[in-house]
Amino acid sequence: MAETNSREEELLRRIQELELENEVLKKKVAEVEYDAKYPKIDENFCLDEYKRYGRQMIVPEFGSLKSQIKLKNSSILVVGAGGLGCPALLYLSAAGIGKIGIVDDDIVDISNLHRQVLHTTDSIGMFKCDSAKKYICKLNPHVIVKTYPVRLHNDNAFDIVNDYDIVLDCTDTPAIRYLINDVSVLCRKTIVSGSGLKSDGQLSILNFNNEGPCYRCFYPKPPSAESITTCSDGGVIGPCIGLLGVSMAVETIKVLTGFYTKDNFKPFLSMYTGYPQQSFRVFKMRGRSDKCSVCGSFPTVSKEAILNNEIDYVAFCGKVDSNVLTPEDRITVQQFSDIVTRQSKAPVLLDVRTKEQFQIAKLPNSINIEWDPTFKKLESLDKYLPEDFDKDTDPVFVVCRYGNDSQLATRKMKQELDFKNAKDIIGGLNKWSDIVNPKFPKY
Amino acid sequence: MGFKVKVEFLGGLDVISNKVREHSLKVPLEEGEATVKDLIELITKSIIADPKDIPVFIEDDTVRPGILVLINDTDWELEGMEEYVLESGDVFTFTSTLHGG
Ligand SMILES: [Zn+2]
Repeated sequence: MAETNSREEELLRRIQELELENEVLKKKVAEVEYDAKYPKIDENFCLDEYKRYGRQMIVPEFGSLKSQIKLKNSSILVVGAGGLGCPALLYLSAAGIGKIGIVDDDIVDISNLHRQVLHTTDSIGMFKCDSAKKYICKLNPHVIVKTYPVRLHNDNAFDIVNDYDIVLDCTDTPAIRYLINDVSVLCRKTIVSGSGLKSDGQLSILNFNNEGPCYRCFYPKPPSAESITTCSDGGVIGPCIGLLGVSMAVETIKVLTGFYTKDNFKPFLSMYTGYPQQSFRVFKMRGRSDKCSVCGSFPTVSKEAILNNEIDYVAFCGKVDSNVLTPEDRITVQQFSDIVTRQSKAPVLLDVRTKEQFQIAKLPNSINIEWDPTFKKLESLDKYLPEDFDKDTDPVFVVCRYGNDSQLATRKMKQELDFKNAKDIIGGLNKWSDIVNPKFPKY
Repeated sequence: MGFKVKVEFLGGLDVISNKVREHSLKVPLEEGEATVKDLIELITKSIIADPKDIPVFIEDDTVRPGILVLINDTDWELEGMEEYVLESGDVFTFTSTLHGG
């Protein structure tokens, strides 16, 4: 028995060795094929590249061949291959950056496709970084792409960031933005930072040349976790966030080609608004703060403090605790469905999603009161409820999309509005769609 | 007496003012007497539609973290922050920091 095991192990090891060897050989073959197909005519480029980049090289601001060579010799790290990362990657790979690293541990979902333009319907289920690489390799064979299907965290960030010239922050939460900032400052990298929500966006260059202000100089204190809206909650217009990603690509080219210098660079934050009239406003921003906890004179954020997890980014930015109810105040979607079928009279159901979400799909007979900004401030629900509704005895159910706001609303009804029989529907309409009625659309 | 300034809320911060982004605000003081501190107080009294929304704008007696303040398109840090003395026609922009991507 022991003998069989060691024999199997031996075979497995051998297979792994061969796979690795195969990988190396494949790479060599690809290199030989590439060299045969695109023979260099000078120390930098093949003819294909002169033609490919000609239209940008002849723009005076760009800086001709020497700027193109700078791009070829540059490496950029793009963190997040989503609504910002995709358009930024698209243009930067097309522009001929030599080496691009992509960090994203998320997989492609159909709800990403309206804005994350490198991913296609047939890449649903793939890692976003791999899907992005697939597209980029088809677009420009002269770019080397390295993918990292991991989440950036304290332990791995330095090793990854160190390998690149500049970092593009295309992420979506404050905690990771602070981490990227600190690691980039400590690795002496310039950050091109973009963000957006709904139809607005912001753009900035941070730690420029290790002299400009960093994210912590702008935002020494994180905003409260309750005040953060995500794309999945607040929504986002594809071309609006895309415009920010494209603008990040422009700034990246300007940084890499040396358009910005120590003398002409002025700290800025650009604000894009898509509605009512599209506009891009450029705000003049503060310089580096001497008191900054990472780039100031007496920093408290150091490489050691990050590596030994003394700096806890999630704790620093706070977390919303949405599980605020006890089990007796909640029912499952199945229980709610049973109540609906059992009773002749439809139960009172409050739907606390936004009116836009309510218009997409709703349960029959539900009453819409948006949690934010309406419900959370109400002092009475009387005008929404049937005239004969009795708060002491009559049941009322509360639903939202995923079951977070409905808990807050149920708590408020119990604690502030004296409802004795209010119940939260666990998991919201998303769960309803999973368990009770698969034809109820998820969006 | 009094003079006018413009106040605007961007980045979704217009939730505190019934979704109105731009406001022309009359400052009931002589030019040269009012600072941004007075302006913030005036905003909480006359622009914020519902007093329950004041914590969205103010925390610990100043503008909440996560909101950038710009005076005539310049970071208020460069202009003296709350000490800045208002001039007729000034534009004060308050914008939430966006995090999505
Ligand atoms: Zn700093």
